[in-house]
Amino acid sequence: MPLSDTPAPMLSVQDLSVWFGDTHNRFQAVDTVSFTLAAGESLGLVGESGSGKSTILKAITHLATDISGHIHLDGTPLTGPRDKSFYSTVQMVFQDPYASLHPRHTVDRCLSEPLRLQGATDIDNRVRQVLEEVGLGAKFRFRYPHQLSGGQRQRVAIARALVQNARLLLLDEPTSALDVSVQAEILNLLSDLRKDRGLTFLFVSHDLAVISHMCDRILVMHQGKITEVLQDKQLQSGTAETPYTQGLIEASRGFTRKEMAGA
Amino acid sequence: MKRFLTVEDLWVRFKTRYDMVEAVRGVSFSLGRERLGIVGESGSGKSMTGRALLGLVRPPGDVSATRIDFLGQDLHRLPEKKMRHIRGKEISMVMQDPKYSLNPVLTVGEQITEAYRLHNRVSQKIARAKALEMLEEVQIRDPERVYKAYPSELSGGMGQRVMIAMMLIPDPKVLIADEPTSALDVTVQLKILQLLDQLVEKRGMGLIFISHDLPLVSSFCDRILIMYGGRIVETCRADQLDQATHPYTRGLLQSLPDIRHPRERLSVLTRDESWKQEESVNAII
Amino acid sequence: MTQSSTRSLTRWLRTDEPASRLQARCIQVYNGWQDLRSNKLAMIGLIIILGLVVTALFAPFLAPQDPYAQDLSRRLLAPGQDGFLLGSDELGRDILSRIIHGAGTTLYIVLLVTLTAPVAGLIVGTVSGYLGGWTDAALMRITDIFLAFPKLILALAFVAALGAGIENAVLAIALTSWPPYARLARAETLTVRNMDYIAAIRLQGAGPIRIIVGHIWPLCVSSLIVRVTLDMAGIILTAAGLGFLGLGAQPPMAEWGAMISSGRKYILDYWWVATMPGLAIFIVSLGFNLLGDGLRDVLDPKKAQS
Repeated sequence: MPLSDTPAPMLSVQDLSVWFGDTHNRFQAVDTVSFTLAAGESLGLVGESGSGKSTILKAITHLATDISGHIHLDGTPLTGPRDKSFYSTVQMVFQDPYASLHPRHTVDRCLSEPLRLQGATDIDNRVRQVLEEVGLGAKFRFRYPHQLSGGQRQRVAIARALVQNARLLLLDEPTSALDVSVQAEILNLLSDLRKDRGLTFLFVSHDLAVISHMCDRILVMHQGKITEVLQDKQLQSGTAETPYTQGLIEASRGFTRKEMAGA
Repeated sequence: MKRFLTVEDLWVRFKTRYDMVEAVRGVSFSLGRERLGIVGESGSGKSMTGRALLGLVRPPGDVSATRIDFLGQDLHRLPEKKMRHIRGKEISMVMQDPKYSLNPVLTVGEQITEAYRLHNRVSQKIARAKALEMLEEVQIRDPERVYKAYPSELSGGMGQRVMIAMMLIPDPKVLIADEPTSALDVTVQLKILQLLDQLVEKRGMGLIFISHDLPLVSSFCDRILIMYGGRIVETCRADQLDQATHPYTRGLLQSLPDIRHPRERLSVLTRDESWKQEESVNAII
Repeated sequence: MTQSSTRSLTRWLRTDEPASRLQARCIQVYNGWQDLRSNKLAMIGLIIILGLVVTALFAPFLAPQDPYAQDLSRRLLAPGQDGFLLGSDELGRDILSRIIHGAGTTLYIVLLVTLTAPVAGLIVGTVSGYLGGWTDAALMRITDIFLAFPKLILALAFVAALGAGIENAVLAIALTSWPPYARLARAETLTVRNMDYIAAIRLQGAGPIRIIVGHIWPLCVSSLIVRVTLDMAGIILTAAGLGFLGLGAQPPMAEWGAMISSGRKYILDYWWVATMPGLAIFIVSLGFNLLGDGLRDVLDPKKAQS
């Protein structure tokens, strides 16, 4: 049996391209992207709107189907519709907690349905447990989304992603629709859960500060391509290689007043 | 400093079936030839404050104030007919998402010329020339093309430039910008702010910049009001935001992740019930 | 039940933190009932519908006379005359008794149609909208074909093929009235199918049937209910039209629509013959409308709150 120094990656993406639209109006959103994600790692995908960062998550989960390239999860290639074991390993948290919870379903239904799909038996206990884990007590169990604040909704969405004991979380801008003080609570929760459960994160965001707080390694995306791989340290010192990334870093520091042209 | 606006004891109340919600609670501030930032989280009343100034609070919302003085006129007691003259011509407003504030079935040109001719009796030809000039001023490279375009054909940044052009064409003295760049990418956001900054400077306007983004406001504005629960909890010079003393402001600042100073965990804001009971800080200078 | 146990039941139903799914369900039903009860118009609707049901169940006991007993010597008497509370028809039968006996038939028609057409429309519309592609194209063309024919003509064709009778009339009405429901359900489905919460349940491994039934139907039902209650009077009248053409309820059966049709001949001189069953139809469809409106609000937890 051959031994290798580096453990096999949990997720590997090779030469992934993704298209949207039909034949007449086909648009390439992701262009031959490759990366790997080790178990327990937290990898960031940063870029502006239309850079293709969220599309990669859609391709991994088969929500986008017009793709080429290879995706492996735990060494097994992923092709076509995903199976049960995929869904109990990989889960996603969406950007807008106001759109990602079914308006007519209680928190309980939202959390117990994945368990029922999985064929679990101790549904009641597990729902209670996961609610406790994301910092919502039992009193939230039978509430409807419209009775919850944005932060509470996002906690429910995180609980839904974890209730099947997923190991890899795909986080699509999970805090960009929230207030900063709520953002801090959710980011802390995610960090804690990652530590307690040994989760692996693929974290998509347009916010460099958030992503550098959450991730060890960051891929910068621009126009469907990965233009740079940043280590956490580089971000702190503000030394990026490409001018595009440099621009992003500067922009994240706020506004700098320039003298009026000709004045 | 010349004062454009003086707002004294402004309240906005909403009556619901069961109780009364007070969105803005006794806010007082003034605006001169400056960039005034109003910062707060959702529900702090910052947007409602901006709307109340222009009389844009719809029923069942109810606005009351000791006075909203705009260059000697009390906007709060002005009849709607006269208010319509102020709105757009003297005080303009730029909203968050150009997608929703531009009319999708009219071309950009039609909308800008309409905005101009609403307040100036000029021929279509003059209005058109003025519109093109304005599009150029907001740094749109080929104004002719944009003039004929429909809003759906524009990118977010371009749409917001058009919005700004439309709002500035009647030459208002005060501009209220409600999260004007929140829907845009960071790099585009900075370009729009740069533009806004230059226009405000050049025309000697007063700007009210409403935003949830503390670092952005502190780097862009001259003076900041921090709102919480419908009140101003603190006011300070923008470049002295890091010396803010109110626990709410401090909590907000500390809950932000910082690229240069990474931390294991972010500090979480614990809200104090007493903040809601405090008097609103008077920000008239 | 003693007073204290009533109070503890109320407390059990009012708690903020239900302990079990059953309790949560009960609370939901209880709150729904409270909402419905606070809606006066909906309660009027409910009373009308309950009245209809009671009348239909106990018709033989409630009717003052035999609805089929003819007496040509006492034909076309005005309301109140000779013991006919609502008058008598062209064959001297008591109109009140016929209306009471017709309630059952009307209820039967209405129930049968509302249990078939909107359900069929819901299934076709949501499947078509959710799956899209070829399924959508095929189902929607079929829907269009049904929509293209005038309703009554199509119903006539069906009844002609299946034979006269109340069941076949109902079947024909159902077959002709599902397409608008399908269109409506499809439009609703198209707006929700790309929402994140649908993507989220797909990522939990749910198949299309579970998604359509459990996640899309609940969002389509309220607009369908409104539409159905608005169509109710039309359904009763279409059944009457078929009866009039000799293809629905057959004489001497007491059926409101058929009664209007036969009373039509005398409308100028003896207004009550057609008006009384007409009023009955009006009141019942009003009842369905009011109740439907109230139900829609109750079914939508968000609206009920605001």
